[in-house]
Amino acid sequence: MGRLFAIEIIYRGIYQKTLAKNISRAIVLAAHREGKPGISFGRYGDSPERNGIPAKNFAIVATDDVTLEEGMAKYEPKEVDITIAVDDTLCKGVESWAWYGLQPVNRLLKPGGTLIVTSRENSDAIIAMSHRKEYPYQLAILKGIPSFSGLWVYKDDHTDVRILGMISKILPELFSLKSVQATIMDEWHDPVKSTSAAKSHEHTSPITVQPSQGNPEVPYKFDLPKWHEMGEGIAIPSIPAGHAVEDPATHAAGGYRPDRNPTFKKFSTRTMRPVVNFDTCIKCTLCWLQCPDSCFDVTQEGLYDANMQACCGCGVCEAVCPVKECVTMVNETEFKDNSSQWEAWRKDKQTYEAWLKDKIKSHGERSHGFRYKGQYEEQVPEMLEIAGKD
Amino acid sequence: MAQLATVVEEQHDKKTEETALITGSEAIAVACKLADVDVVTAYPIRPYDTVMQYVCKLVANGELDCEYIVAEGEHSQFEIVKHSSACGARVFCGSSGVGWMYAMEALTVTPALRIPMVAMVGNRALDDPGAFGVEHNDALAVRDLGWQLVWVDSAQEALDTALIAYRVAEDRRVFLPCAISCDGAFLTHSQALVKIPTQDQVNKFLPRYNRAELLLHPDNPITVAPQGNEDWVMEIRRQNYAAMERSYSVLKEAYADFARIFGRSYGNPFFEEYMTEDADIVLMGMGTLSTPVKVGIRHMREQGKKVGFVRLRWFRPFAADELAKSLSRFKAVGVIDRDYSFGSPYMSGVVATEVRSALYSSSGNKPPVLGFIAGLGGREVTVPDVEKVSASVYQAAAGNSQPLTQWIGLRE
Repeated sequence: MGRLFAIEIIYRGIYQKTLAKNISRAIVLAAHREGKPGISFGRYGDSPERNGIPAKNFAIVATDDVTLEEGMAKYEPKEVDITIAVDDTLCKGVESWAWYGLQPVNRLLKPGGTLIVTSRENSDAIIAMSHRKEYPYQLAILKGIPSFSGLWVYKDDHTDVRILGMISKILPELFSLKSVQATIMDEWHDPVKSTSAAKSHEHTSPITVQPSQGNPEVPYKFDLPKWHEMGEGIAIPSIPAGHAVEDPATHAAGGYRPDRNPTFKKFSTRTMRPVVNFDTCIKCTLCWLQCPDSCFDVTQEGLYDANMQACCGCGVCEAVCPVKECVTMVNETEFKDNSSQWEAWRKDKQTYEAWLKDKIKSHGERSHGFRYKGQYEEQVPEMLEIAGKD
Repeated sequence: MAQLATVVEEQHDKKTEETALITGSEAIAVACKLADVDVVTAYPIRPYDTVMQYVCKLVANGELDCEYIVAEGEHSQFEIVKHSSACGARVFCGSSGVGWMYAMEALTVTPALRIPMVAMVGNRALDDPGAFGVEHNDALAVRDLGWQLVWVDSAQEALDTALIAYRVAEDRRVFLPCAISCDGAFLTHSQALVKIPTQDQVNKFLPRYNRAELLLHPDNPITVAPQGNEDWVMEIRRQNYAAMERSYSVLKEAYADFARIFGRSYGNPFFEEYMTEDADIVLMGMGTLSTPVKVGIRHMREQGKKVGFVRLRWFRPFAADELAKSLSRFKAVGVIDRDYSFGSPYMSGVVATEVRSALYSSSGNKPPVLGFIAGLGGREVTVPDVEKVSASVYQAAAGNSQPLTQWIGLRE
């Protein structure tokens, strides 16, 4: 048997669908230049046409056809040489559309395999988000903002070719930089892209992540029931209606919190989350009313607390809020937990105020594809500048 | 919440069985009344439309209190009763030929959602050409999907089987839909003397439909039919497999209770045997072709030919073991299919193929099975046809090679 290579690209539905496909295809095409057969596919059970939902693409390459069949005989690889997360917030965990638990971003990595993350954060921040692994692995960061666009459009900011350049450094047995550059010229006919690949190849310097490093949290799991344990008739009992909220300061009960599905959480769909200024809130109810996921809990004083188990990070609350910086979307990398902002505010208003100011100031890149006219023109030169320097 | 499908009060109930001269369709309408169905949907197509007319008349005459909804097509017709059944209503509907096929999407989701719908299929040839006559391909189109399928051959059996269908379909161990096939014209449009059971008997036999935790109701909030990916579908299919497996024994129970309460027995629920005790060969078939076959057999018996008949009643579930055991007693079997399955093994009809399949794994004697395609589009299956079929089956019994599929009654 020859050697089998597997690479996964974890991306966000719609926003990065074309990006992931381009990377996956180019991996196979570059390897093919060196006589290796391969296939590129998206995980069918995912739903790449849903906003921001984590999804996967795979490139499987082998030194010969028979070995390739070993890789193709699986629905998806059980282990990979390289995991590419094209958005750093995915490091908090990955849930496919089927929602049966949170998969650590590095779950499929072989011992010594490499996690490539596109991010503006440093390695400490990325490691802190990623779940711990029982054996060491490599981490390589590609400096840049997440390359988000729309379903049929593609942000030509060189993220794809820079990743290809990195792969040729990390896994030279798969393909050389020369093959990457030849593929780029074939696919895109752009010598600047070829140069970007070479620069990123040059600058790639992975670090080792030890088993003692990373997020110690045990990712929540959902065990699939056996056929005779499941209810019949394809019917799912509803979750209970909800209950009052307890005030952490006074212990008085009031307001309303809808109960939420314990196996259907939305942590990993989010690339940003709302932070709420409870002192400036005018209780207009718009965020609560317009939230497509009913994520707002109503407190006894009539304030609205965005519950992070239910928030997809769509940003509608921010858009409809009539008060300046009362609801502000902040990049998900800024947060370490999913706890209640209202409870923090009730406990200590001054600390909360300082925390809020800090979050709003450093809210970083907002996501979700093209949110305003002119975003493409603004972002692509910025990315190209990073690519040139990196 | 409101109680649905309550038993009919003994208001003007007759204490003794009456006999009425009614068609097979009317017999099923009477069964709907006796079962006190809650929701009926209708959309006309011959020959099924006779049943909707009779149910309609019962409603108009104040004999049956139900929601009677005329849909804008068969697809909505079957969807409406599917949803009503999910809400706890006892439902009835039906169709024929391409009307049944137009409802196909609704027909596939009905067993998947474990909806105990009872439907009548007035068997009709599939278009084209547009033809009213009987063929069994319409009902057979759902044979793999979890529908319980039964063919009846008399108006009496139609009425009785409709009551049994409700009892089995709505049994919590089953919760699968049931289609009662009635041959177009021969059964749907011809009147015969039928014993009408009393309401009291029916109430004893047929408990109220209880959808339990699957009831779609504001007091029992559930989501029905969510999306499921490859992590769920196999388990869901396996549940339906188990339900159909259980249907076999629940049917047996129901027939035994039916005999006890109504004093009328059908013997083996799954197939009827006629003059098989000493038979050399047997013919097989479903539905009303039983009449010319039985007459033909009596003629042949006068000539000393020991021919018997096995009329398959329940096609789903298919009583493979019992049937294989029974057929092992004979030297050869001739299956008359009122359907076709182009490109199937040996180009045989559906029933012949299933019978061969049932025999293949049987440990007993495996008689040769000849397939005959006859009576398509409502063409008469004649007594001479039956004799012709028997002659070929006798040849096979004697070890003489015969074509595995023959067309009977064809101009050639």
